[in-house]
Amino acid sequence: MEKRVELNTFSFFRRKIVNAVMLSLSLLAAIITIIPLILIFYYTISKGITYLNLDFFIHMPKPVGESGGGMANAIVGTLILIGIGGAIGIPVGILTGTYLSEFGNNKFGFMVRFLTDVLSGIPSIVVGVVAYTMVVIPMRHFSALAGGIALGILMIPTITRTTEEMIRLVPQSYREAGLALGIQKWKTTLLIVLRTAWKGIATGILLGLSRAAGETAPLLFTALGNRFWSTKIFQPMASLTVYIYDYAKAPFEDWNKQAWTAALVLILIISFFSLMFRIITRSKYKV
Amino acid sequence: MSNEEIKSAVIASTGTAGIVQQSPKISAKDFCAYFGKFKALNNINIDVPEKKVVAIIGPSGCGKSTFLRSINRMHEVVGGTITGSLTLDGEEIMKSDAVMIRRKIGMVFQKPNPFPTMSIFNNVIAGYKLNGHHNKKNLAEIVEKSLRQAALWDEVKDKLNKSGADISGGQQQRLCIARTIAINPEVILMDEPASALDPISTAKIEELIFELKKDYTIVIVTHNTQQAARVSDSTAFFYMGELIEYSGTKKMFTSPEKKQTEDYITGRFG
Repeated sequence: MEKRVELNTFSFFRRKIVNAVMLSLSLLAAIITIIPLILIFYYTISKGITYLNLDFFIHMPKPVGESGGGMANAIVGTLILIGIGGAIGIPVGILTGTYLSEFGNNKFGFMVRFLTDVLSGIPSIVVGVVAYTMVVIPMRHFSALAGGIALGILMIPTITRTTEEMIRLVPQSYREAGLALGIQKWKTTLLIVLRTAWKGIATGILLGLSRAAGETAPLLFTALGNRFWSTKIFQPMASLTVYIYDYAKAPFEDWNKQAWTAALVLILIISFFSLMFRIITRSKYKV
Repeated sequence: MSNEEIKSAVIASTGTAGIVQQSPKISAKDFCAYFGKFKALNNINIDVPEKKVVAIIGPSGCGKSTFLRSINRMHEVVGGTITGSLTLDGEEIMKSDAVMIRRKIGMVFQKPNPFPTMSIFNNVIAGYKLNGHHNKKNLAEIVEKSLRQAALWDEVKDKLNKSGADISGGQQQRLCIARTIAINPEVILMDEPASALDPISTAKIEELIFELKKDYTIVIVTHNTQQAARVSDSTAFFYMGELIEYSGTKKMFTSPEKKQTEDYITGRFG
């Protein structure tokens, strides 16, 4: 009898210790996860803040040797490129996701779902090469349009899968309620199901846009880059990521610092989007 | 069950012979329903008279919900199929347009399901608006009328802009009833409308059914035999996909013809 009590005490302490060890391990992992993010913020802010002033937003890059100047063309360029990408990726992604969840329980749907997953695994530089072959070569010159198409293709899988998952989370009872009211299936899907899932879909859009905004590789041989002001989508266009790439490897200290500022501005733009989406999708009602 | 028996059942339930002359609102003849190869309902023959309440009782899995969902063609939404005849005012339901049928035959579900992204006001008007009516003037009027009919107006009139999901379960269910009657149907199907509610909310729903039958034909599925006895004019007992007995509620609960019916309503099985 006494022996059993001893055994219990032992297992009780053992359980306590195992619990403490595992808890510390997961805490440690959580800290390791946030360290890179803190470092990224620390470096981009501390190094990028030097040139972060109004000039950076409204002036053009200065020629080699002159200090100062800004990246107005690259900031506008990045926004235009994301805009073109979004114009392609958002509608295609949302509609594909809707199709997959509402009508895609068949062989074709299964195939589309599988290929979307494959597409999300394709390296972005490969997508750039494809856009180069499909758009740049026939047009015979680099263009913002080609860059935007590449970014749009990159957004599609993220937006599609998020939309699908979010729509799947909408309880069947809302669909049935809509149908039972004599509302057509397409209206039920659009005005009841999509509306209920809208917040989650917006998160997917944001993820897609952020990823596209941060891409460099597919832009190198599509939108190329441009040292001058250009908003023409059939011409080469500057972008922040390509500027970061060029300026960071340049042998001028001045340029290196501006690369940090460009990185900081990129992060700010994405954060701004994030904030705007939160505000736009904020609903009066809990979902 | 023969037609003669059904007639006598209806007479017994209403106490008048006159109602029999009137053609039934909903009528099923040799009606069978399937899920794939599984036969969920076998040769159902039943007539639902206009502006009466018909209760369908029976143990879980007996096919009563399937029958209800066949009437407004929700059975096909989950991939089910049917054979035989099912008519509304003498017209084959399966040959009509599903959307039009559902506008004539409203449905209230087991779990209250107001649209969570819409206000109470918009929940009531959702069916009307999304059915393509945009006459803005009428909306407030329809909302008030529907909510009054659903006995919910006094409780929500000051918070019509609140979310439909922010009120109690019983109120949500009455909101769903208001939403159903806002599109002015002829028939209301209720699939265990009170099974997720407390006794007080249940009593309110039952009172409401009593009021609603003045204007609507109601078919209600319920697990609760006492509820069937309280609210309905006629009762149908389903068991294992068969219609065992269909007669006036009073008769059914005092002198059922079939042994199985008696066993079920006295709680000996099911």
